[in-house]
Amino acid sequence: MGPSPMGPGPMPFEMEFPSDIGYIEAAVAQVVRRCEAASFPGRHLAFHIPVAVTEALSNAILRGNGEDASKSVRLRVVVDAHSLVVEVEDDGSGFDLDACTLDPTTIDNLGREDGRGLFLMRRLMDSVEQFRARGNVVRMTLRRRSSDDRAA
Amino acid sequence: MSFTVKKAGDVTIFEVEGTLIVGNRQELKQKVLEEIEGGARKVLVDFEKTTYIDSSGLGVLVSLAKKIRESGGDLRLANLNDDLQTLFELTKLDTLFQISESRDRALESF
Repeated sequence: MGPSPMGPGPMPFEMEFPSDIGYIEAAVAQVVRRCEAASFPGRHLAFHIPVAVTEALSNAILRGNGEDASKSVRLRVVVDAHSLVVEVEDDGSGFDLDACTLDPTTIDNLGREDGRGLFLMRRLMDSVEQFRARGNVVRMTLRRRSSDDRAA
Repeated sequence: MSFTVKKAGDVTIFEVEGTLIVGNRQELKQKVLEEIEGGARKVLVDFEKTTYIDSSGLGVLVSLAKKIRESGGDLRLANLNDDLQTLFELTKLDTLFQISESRDRALESF
């Protein structure tokens, strides 16, 4: 994965699993548990983090890896008193984050069954970035202090 | 996720317990479609015991609403907690669905 944005600090939690959506819920629970231990606010634990991490893992498995179970997804999490940084890496060729983020709230898109994942990630986290490392990486950052200021 | 199906008069109620996400959304979709094929037209999804929903779960609800409407029926939602209410507001799906604050209110609305 790419360099940590946080430098020396807490030990990252890392896991790698096959590209199968059945692994998502347990992986999300691991991230939430670590944020709970770091005293993140309840709304982050119950809403922002599980939804955004589920979306990132889902995108990696379904789109990045095309749900090919022979490929894998790598999850890297760094939590400290100030922020959560989550990196999700797949074996795909990447995508254009801005071009792929639809506005699902327009009249034309409201009735769509898909197209809300990246939108939610960007609304629920403070930043979402995408870059290439060993594979395609999506990095999401949530700052604890900003929780009460966000629209969500 | 697990769900329970109940009847209240001519309304079929689905109680969703836990998450409604990419890994389990098809279970709910399949069961609702079975009920529609069996003649159900008034469908209520009760989220009182739901922890969180992702975009795939929202997509299934949109899909089911269309299918039920095409069958001459109606899908309504109830008991969204504050986070779920925010989720529907962020995505403006609160404008697409009729959402009630309680099951009783939802049943009265049909």
